[in-house]
Amino acid sequence: MKTDQLIDMLSTNVEPVKTGQVWKPLIWALAIGGVASFCVMLATVGLRTEAAGVSHLGFLALKVLFMLSLVGVGTALLIKLIRPGQDGRKLFTFIFLPFLAAGLAGIVALALEPSAAWHPMILGTQWVTCLYCIPVFAIAPFALLIWALRKGAPTNLQRTGAIAGLVAGALGATAYAFHCSDDSLPFIAIWYGAMVLLCAWIGARLGPRLLRW
Amino acid sequence: MDVRSTEPELRALMMAGLDGDAAAHKALLERLSNQLRAYFKAQLGRFNRGPVEAEDLVQEALIAIHTRRHTYDPSQLFTPWVYGIARYKFVDYLRRTKASINDLPIEDAGEVTAQDDRAHVESSLDLEKLMAGLSPRVRQVIQYVKLDGLSVSEAAVRCGMSESNVKVSVHRGLKALALQIGKEGADHED
Repeated sequence: MKTDQLIDMLSTNVEPVKTGQVWKPLIWALAIGGVASFCVMLATVGLRTEAAGVSHLGFLALKVLFMLSLVGVGTALLIKLIRPGQDGRKLFTFIFLPFLAAGLAGIVALALEPSAAWHPMILGTQWVTCLYCIPVFAIAPFALLIWALRKGAPTNLQRTGAIAGLVAGALGATAYAFHCSDDSLPFIAIWYGAMVLLCAWIGARLGPRLLRW
Repeated sequence: MDVRSTEPELRALMMAGLDGDAAAHKALLERLSNQLRAYFKAQLGRFNRGPVEAEDLVQEALIAIHTRRHTYDPSQLFTPWVYGIARYKFVDYLRRTKASINDLPIEDAGEVTAQDDRAHVESSLDLEKLMAGLSPRVRQVIQYVKLDGLSVSEAAVRCGMSESNVKVSVHRGLKALALQIGKEGADHED
């Protein structure tokens, strides 16, 4: 086929197109994905049942803050990555800040305790539950984010997939925080951090296949 | 792709095209096709690939530019957006042809630069095959009006349709065809 022929075809019946809308499906994906994640948590492990004290609420707030800061930076990055020619390089460094802050907080918390107390602080009581709950809770938001990203034109599929995985993992971890009964900073830094990074790694592996256009 | 100097002009055409100006959109695609051809030929030259592959990529990139134009952010430069798409399509091409890239004879190397830079090179996208996906009536009208170059009234007589029906069918057919080309381009050589 001749290229001129194609150009003729493409420039026939040209409809006006709005350009400011690409972020909308992403926001929908976040909102619906977040709710879906929370519902999956309620339907499977359920809310934390033991007596909730002030310190529990404080740790819940910390977990949610850690995860939502990742969702925030990740979403800002996705809005960049969905448009060709914008790689969001400056924003990319910010994604590591929440991990850094959580890691430092965890180290400080460990340093303040004798090393005999470290074992329960790190492993908590249900690190295994955390291990499989966060990736499972991340499935729904990940699928929705991929759907939203496919409406745009991401050109760095591996990086876009990784950030989508990270945001989905952080949403899954936010939902898990409402069940989680392990209140220690090292636990949050290690297990929440590791699971979100695992989700990001899976996203990076799946991105080139799922996002191709 | 050095289009820095043409940025304001291309951007203006893009903005007009986004508002529904078909003539500006066509002018934009024509200008871009030349730049894309130069870009892909230069890139493919390093892999001993010929002008047919370059034309495939030009057409794929044009379709992508057309169907993904809602992702252009008017507050940003236009050139990096186009370059982003062109580069993506090239990387995608390399990925899906990875297996065969080493099988190519080196003798083809000179051919790329020896080729004339005009659009009479055809891509390997098969229009006949793409047309087969249309309904018989729409296919017939496209054949008469777009490929055989008949006027709308001549086509109307041959098909036994009213002129306005022919016009509507052409528009519908082109839209369907563009969709198909997009799909074909993406699946192509998988």
